[in-house]
Amino acid sequence: MAEKKKTTAKKTEAKKEAKHEAPAKQETKKQAPAPVGSTTKQEARIGVFICHCGTNIAGSMDIPAVQEYAKTIPNVAYVDNYKYMCSMPGQGVINKAIKEQKLTGVVVAACSPRLHEPTFRTATKEGGLNPFRFEMANIREQNSWVHMHDQEGSTEKAKDAIRIAVAKASLLQDLFPKAVQVEHAAMVVGAGIAGMQAALDLANAGIKTYLIESTPSIGGRMSQLDKTFPTLDCSQCILTPKMVDVGRAPNIELMTYSEVDAVEGYIGNFDVTIRKKARGVITMAEGEARGIVGGGCNGCGDCEVVCPVVKPNEFEVGMKPRKAIYINHPQVVPLLYTIDFNSCIKCGLCVTTCGEKKAIDLEAKDEFVKVKVGTAILATGFDIFPIEKKTEWGYKQYENVVTSLEFERLICASGPTGGHLIRPSDGETPKKVAFVLCAGSRDNTGNGKPYCSRFCCMYSLKHAHQIIEKIPGCTPYLFYMDIRSFGKAYEEFYYRIQDEGGKFIRGRVANILEDPATKNLHVYADDTLLNRPVDMEVDLVVLAAAVQPMEDTNRTRKLFGVSCSMDGWLLEAHPKLNPCGTTTAGVFLAGVCQGPKDIPDTVASAEGAASAASIPIHKGEVELEPYFAMCIEERCAGCGMCVNLCPFSALALVEKEGRQVMQVTEAKCKGCGTCGGFCPGGAIWMNHFATPQIVAQIDAFLLGGEQ
Amino acid sequence: MSAPPENPAPKREPGEWKPQILGILCNWCSYAGADLAGGGRIQYPPDVRVIRVMCTGRVDALFVLKAFADGADGVLVSGCHFGDCHYLEGNFKGAKRMFMVKRLMKSIGLDDRRFRMTFVSASEGAKWGAVITDVVKTINELGPSPIKELNK
Repeated sequence: MAEKKKTTAKKTEAKKEAKHEAPAKQETKKQAPAPVGSTTKQEARIGVFICHCGTNIAGSMDIPAVQEYAKTIPNVAYVDNYKYMCSMPGQGVINKAIKEQKLTGVVVAACSPRLHEPTFRTATKEGGLNPFRFEMANIREQNSWVHMHDQEGSTEKAKDAIRIAVAKASLLQDLFPKAVQVEHAAMVVGAGIAGMQAALDLANAGIKTYLIESTPSIGGRMSQLDKTFPTLDCSQCILTPKMVDVGRAPNIELMTYSEVDAVEGYIGNFDVTIRKKARGVITMAEGEARGIVGGGCNGCGDCEVVCPVVKPNEFEVGMKPRKAIYINHPQVVPLLYTIDFNSCIKCGLCVTTCGEKKAIDLEAKDEFVKVKVGTAILATGFDIFPIEKKTEWGYKQYENVVTSLEFERLICASGPTGGHLIRPSDGETPKKVAFVLCAGSRDNTGNGKPYCSRFCCMYSLKHAHQIIEKIPGCTPYLFYMDIRSFGKAYEEFYYRIQDEGGKFIRGRVANILEDPATKNLHVYADDTLLNRPVDMEVDLVVLAAAVQPMEDTNRTRKLFGVSCSMDGWLLEAHPKLNPCGTTTAGVFLAGVCQGPKDIPDTVASAEGAASAASIPIHKGEVELEPYFAMCIEERCAGCGMCVNLCPFSALALVEKEGRQVMQVTEAKCKGCGTCGGFCPGGAIWMNHFATPQIVAQIDAFLLGGEQ
Repeated sequence: MSAPPENPAPKREPGEWKPQILGILCNWCSYAGADLAGGGRIQYPPDVRVIRVMCTGRVDALFVLKAFADGADGVLVSGCHFGDCHYLEGNFKGAKRMFMVKRLMKSIGLDDRRFRMTFVSASEGAKWGAVITDVVKTINELGPSPIKELNK
């Protein structure tokens, strides 16, 4: 260490000359459109506050040594430590020191700035300093936690981190967040139960809400289900009233068969372009607008009768036919037919039948609508993992292997069989049904999903109950790894199914083979409780397939600038404390798009997202981080390279004093710094991440700090 | 992606050379990924010092060169995966510049393995551990930067 210090001293000696340049730089900076009340000229007095975080930090490094070292760093006026810096007394230490020591900047060495930067900015502000004169040294997430058994290494790293942070804090300037108005409207993308709940909550809170749904009807996955666990409520019975409410809520503007096409802007002012896919059918309101008396689609269905094109119905998982002009099921909201232009042959029979209502337009084109919203909620939902990829279970090879979603439709009274569970091969009623749980979930083979899909255990128990109830003498056999009955009254439901006669075999199904003569299936597994192999002949196999994000989720999330985790679920701002938020301010997540959830959790998350999304709208204005770019005009050569680099069109060349210089539109600038990283003349000043500040950090690390 | 070994820090004698590696991380992906590695207690060698910027697009080629001129043994720039940039395309523009730096390093005889750009998302904590372990291993193999010798 001593040796290192010597070199450091030598280096600083050598650096002194270079340092003379720094004030010159600052002069230029002052003449640039510098922030009000800039105090760069004044001598920097930095306070360093080291947090123990209990033993989270103190357990892995030598805090007294770090503190002693911090006192020797140039510009450091005061050093203190506390057990929990983020606690009220800890913040009080900062507050007091700012006043007593006349600090010009604050460095807290603690956890990640992504966690507690807002906390300590507030503390800095309460101490009487501009909150942007605060810099954090991350000595927990990126130090003590990842070098737990290397006391020397982590102590040295903490010293360097503090030195780097002090160098930056010495050059920080006062910044003032820009307040922007928030548009009194919100958008919800996806109209399953999550999106519907969120939209209803927002609408009831008095906010105009645009509800965007890519399919012709709202309702989502829940509308495909027969019963819900553990209460055995009929899914449609509890869902359709909500669908109707959504359809008639005056504050909700429902846009079905529509997709988000482009998103511009930022929290408070998102300009969203929506593509209304060509539907070929006009509503009654549109009919009236076109001056057709009594016109527009009233859902009579005459067109469907005459349409000659037959296609599989996606809502019934392809087990029922539909026409090229169709509604998926009788309870659709809005009750409005849709033409599938990919299969329509434009014979015109439907137009003739529709007659005077003139509701059908075979030449319809996609329309683009622009709306402005303050906040947005993504509720894009889930799809079933293509379980045919797990070839050992024979889905799509053997007729009598179905997925759980197909089972839902087969057992549902409004489904293709009127609620009579049958074997697809011969229409017989099955007597022995095997349920394969964790089909594609909890699967580390690489050909499946590593996560638990969370609701399959419970709906498989429900399926078992349904066949016991509906088919006398029919026995369900559940092949499981663990039964995860985590929710309220779920474990009790599990006991109930055991009592009713459900058979539980703990073992993962190795493979399934078909008896070609009877089309019965042999399920091979290892019963790990009895420690013996199982070969069971059953009539029907139901695969509780894993869930995965909807195919279009990736495109939609990128439009809104939302990240995803490795398995494609959308990434929340914080897994514990901000599960509905995202890293894009003003964009929130609801329901399964964030990760598998059952219906109660989905509704809870939707209500949470709606509440979070309504806050900025009700406040009326939000503060944007003042990280925007500024032009140092005397250095700008007016080359215009930055103008093309900016992805947000925030920069432009303007004429000033007879020459071209760059000008920033602050409201459009998001502060990425792409322009500042390129400018060949160094003419762009990135607030809070300015070139001298970053260079000071680099020098502090490698040469030993500013003086 | 397997987690790095339990205690990957190479054993060193006191006074022995330790690599000085600068990491410049974007706030939204790699810095968050590095935080996640911390939450997951994924252990990696302590030789990288991190500077946070909002986007890898902010990284001026001169920052990298300044670090090498100051005697850094290695530099790591890490951002979002392509298509995942919080600012739409900052990482494309950053990466383009970084290729330029690599070409320059080759031309002046500074081993370009000393400089690396990686793409680690906010959910890839384990990958971050593996990246750092590998970067430190590479720099350990390459030894002290020749520029450091010139600075003496």
